[in-house]
Amino acid sequence: MRVTGGGSWADLLGFAALLAAWQLGALASHPLALPAPGAVLAALGRLWATGAVASAVAHTTAHALGGFAIALLIGIAIGLFAGLQPFVHGMVRPLIGLLQGVPPIAWIVLALLWFGTGGATAAFTVMAATLPLIVVTTIAGAQTVDSTMIQMARSFRASTRVLLSDIYFPHLIAVLFPAVLTGMGLSWKVALMAELLAGAHGIGEHLGVARVNLDTPAVFAWIVIAVGLMFLIEYLVLLPLQRRLEPWRDQMRSHPVSRGQPDVRVGCAR
Amino acid sequence: MLTLSDITHSYGQTQVLGRISLELPPGRVISVVGPSGCGKTTLLHIAAGLIAPNGGQVSNRFRRLAVMFQEPRLLPWRTTLDNLAFGLKAQGVAQAERHAAARRIGAHLGLAEALGAYPHQLSGGMRQRAALGRALAVEPELLLLDEPFSALDIGLRRDLQTLLLDLIAERRLAALFVTHDLAEAVRIGDELLVLSPAPAYVVQHWRQARPASDRDAVYIHETIAQLLRMPPVAAAFDRRTQP
Repeated sequence: MRVTGGGSWADLLGFAALLAAWQLGALASHPLALPAPGAVLAALGRLWATGAVASAVAHTTAHALGGFAIALLIGIAIGLFAGLQPFVHGMVRPLIGLLQGVPPIAWIVLALLWFGTGGATAAFTVMAATLPLIVVTTIAGAQTVDSTMIQMARSFRASTRVLLSDIYFPHLIAVLFPAVLTGMGLSWKVALMAELLAGAHGIGEHLGVARVNLDTPAVFAWIVIAVGLMFLIEYLVLLPLQRRLEPWRDQMRSHPVSRGQPDVRVGCAR
Repeated sequence: MLTLSDITHSYGQTQVLGRISLELPPGRVISVVGPSGCGKTTLLHIAAGLIAPNGGQVSNRFRRLAVMFQEPRLLPWRTTLDNLAFGLKAQGVAQAERHAAARRIGAHLGLAEALGAYPHQLSGGMRQRAALGRALAVEPELLLLDEPFSALDIGLRRDLQTLLLDLIAERRLAALFVTHDLAEAVRIGDELLVLSPAPAYVVQHWRQARPASDRDAVYIHETIAQLLRMPPVAAAFDRRTQP
């Protein structure tokens, strides 16, 4: 998950090689199986001109972000509660195990039964698929807070509000961010799948229609759009957000000696 | 005035503090010295109100206290300025005011250039200075210090001891200074409490003949020799008697 770096030439070369291989593969096979990059580009232009792209992207984004935002809200609340209260942790553990075991496709079927076809099904599926990840990570975050820092804050008679704002939340953000990146990636994939199966508006629905019409260039065009959207969100929204939220970590990255996590010590009263 | 009377404490089955009493009046510095693992830190945490003792009474009449720990315990996600101001933030002081106070204390401790840096960018000595600054920023009447310089090399340690003594004199602070190093204890404390290995008892209560400003290397050396000639002190620091 590197942002930039000395490897950008290698990246470019790899991308060019991929395009060349694609072109060669397209020449060797039937256009219905593997259309050439040019044909996909043309399909992309065609779809863009109809205005379908903007509307599909908006719907898919709403499903993925909406569902994931709800998962974040509920997940962090449950995770904090469970991470700080061992009894609550014991209580939610079986539930988390159960949720983690349910495959996303099963959530789609359930959501279809509960919400019918439409956007709610897609958003719910995204929420259900990403919730366990957020809960588990938040629990880990709450449990790994450096107790020596808490003791230091207590020695200054810090209130719970200061403990949360200056110790718990900064630590939690550090622990949670990689999970947010993973969860976001998962959200797009699940949203597309749910849209395809539930017939909800979005990229997934268009993928389904293109498949039915045997319009392979359009299928590829929608895949390119979906992948592009994921990259856009990650590199234009999430990673800049992380740099905003964690400037100290950014400076640590550029610091060759001490990179990585801050050391989390388990404190001892003695 | 801080008064500890007949303090006892155990962790589970292991008793760490026997029966310890001490009186710390305003403006006085007491060094608590004893072998590693004898319960000194526990005693300090009890004095700070971080642990409730199993037995005995703690009475603290000082209005404000601040603790300095063995490690700097700076928040890794906060700049030096915010770390210096943390104690004030905990006490509800508004941002502009606490930042102004943090800048003053930072400049006083030679951290003016480092105010925008994060802890991992500071040297070990600077981190411990920042921790000292954070403690002093709340303008305590009582400082509780738990081997604050033990992780530093000898030159840096001496500089920080001098700085601490100057600050204590300048602000007329009372301090409880915990250390396992007799030389440091003699240099810093107006009084010494020598503790036995756990469970800790006070085996010697020593009052210094000279004020801090007059304790030169020769005096410190002679005092250590004198202390170690006392059988209970020698026993406390004799490695063979330690588990």
